[in-house]
Amino acid sequence: MTITASNLSFRYGDKPVLKEVSFTLTSGRFHALLGPNGAGKSTLFGLLTRLLALQQGDILLDGQSLRKQPAEAMRKIGVVFQQNALDLDLTVRQNLQYHAALHGLSRKQARARGDRELERFGLLERANEAVRQLNGGHRRRVEIARALLHAPSLLLLDEPTVGLDVASRKALNEHVRALCEHDNLTVLWATHLIEEVREDDRVLILHQGQLLADDAGRAICEAEGTDDLAGTFHSLTGAG
Amino acid sequence: MKAAHYWHCFVGIQTREWLRFWQQRTRFASALVRPLLWLVVFAAGFRAVLGISIIPPYQTYITYETYIVPGLCGMIILFNSMQGALSMVYDRELGSMRVLLMSPLPRPFLLVTKLLAMGAVSVAQVYVFLFIALLVNVEPPRWGYLAVLPALVLTSLMLGALGLLIATWIKQLENFAGVMNFVIFPMFFMSSALYPLWRMNEASPWLYWICQFNPFTHAVEAIRFSLYLQWNPTAFGITTGVTVILALFATAGFRPQRTRILGGKPA
Repeated sequence: MTITASNLSFRYGDKPVLKEVSFTLTSGRFHALLGPNGAGKSTLFGLLTRLLALQQGDILLDGQSLRKQPAEAMRKIGVVFQQNALDLDLTVRQNLQYHAALHGLSRKQARARGDRELERFGLLERANEAVRQLNGGHRRRVEIARALLHAPSLLLLDEPTVGLDVASRKALNEHVRALCEHDNLTVLWATHLIEEVREDDRVLILHQGQLLADDAGRAICEAEGTDDLAGTFHSLTGAG
Repeated sequence: MKAAHYWHCFVGIQTREWLRFWQQRTRFASALVRPLLWLVVFAAGFRAVLGISIIPPYQTYITYETYIVPGLCGMIILFNSMQGALSMVYDRELGSMRVLLMSPLPRPFLLVTKLLAMGAVSVAQVYVFLFIALLVNVEPPRWGYLAVLPALVLTSLMLGALGLLIATWIKQLENFAGVMNFVIFPMFFMSSALYPLWRMNEASPWLYWICQFNPFTHAVEAIRFSLYLQWNPTAFGITTGVTVILALFATAGFRPQRTRILGGKPA
């Protein structure tokens, strides 16, 4: 799936949060949206997920406008939000079935797809446990499994490793990269942590609502004359 | 999207509401304690001082307990609807409301389905209350239990839509308690739930007019008349009209950015 965002601007009241942001996400590739806190990443996610109404510009998913054909577009998107969005009192399976139902899947389909995803994430034996009993890393995995239930072509992850320890962060990042490779999934991974981004990733650097760079990580480093992405990020945004 | 998708979504939202309700079983008990206290304690005291003349839909003199049961049914739905609105604000702050709104199905459908799901839980609680009320000799006609169902569903939709409308405008969970005091208590006390309107008119004509304009009065009267197998077109008409208006405002006004569905501050 190809996603094209053109001239996205957004303001909360008088405060501009995104300014003329344009980019294209390529099918089956891992894209890192890198930006310090307050850069506008969550707002951009809000626009991509239709939780915020487009004020200016448009987003096309395989040529379908999010503004004009929102239902079709939303069927192709899976999202993992920054904050936990699971119902802690319900079991893992009940959470998945609820999400599947919201996407119009029958209970039978939900069960089959849910079990398949949970098996991939190594959580099938915990399907009947309340989410409250899972640790942070496992909850994140359930959220990703949930986001993939309706077989989306685009997976959006908004700072998915917030609150996780280093080992869990690394495991989650590698797992999503594997999904991207095996399932030809287009991934947009928003983060402010440089160590979650690789130089061969396509990197979008957002700062104060403006897109400062959009290229392969290595190419951005070369253009900036820096040794690594950390140096590039610091040079462009002043953040460490 | 096909009809089957809508159906699966409808069932899914209903199921989740019942599962959540089952997880919070103590809520069920506490929701019943309040009206039962009114019925058993408050009504017992008032029976001695407040005489009820023969008024429609009752064919004869009735006890005060009999009079307030429809109002207490409305009270259960009122408190549950506001509790539901509170949980919507809570869901929004926790993030699970975003999961609902990410569905490709139309938002008005999702929100109305959510209202119906919350209403179904309220209606079940009302029936349990009505069966307990049999113990204090409040015995409506048997068919009244069935006839009252549309009035209960309509009332739960009206009050649920009101709750949703309030939830839309509430920015933070902390603000909710204050608003509830300005909604629940005035709605309940300035209605025909506890006293017949002619009594209100005797006490204070302006209070009587406020009661007349209060949609909760008409919802209670719709429940009262249906429970005693009588048709009250005015009460049903006003309750239906208010439900439609509130539902339209609530669903049309549900703008995620206004409700800060992405969190408290822009990022």
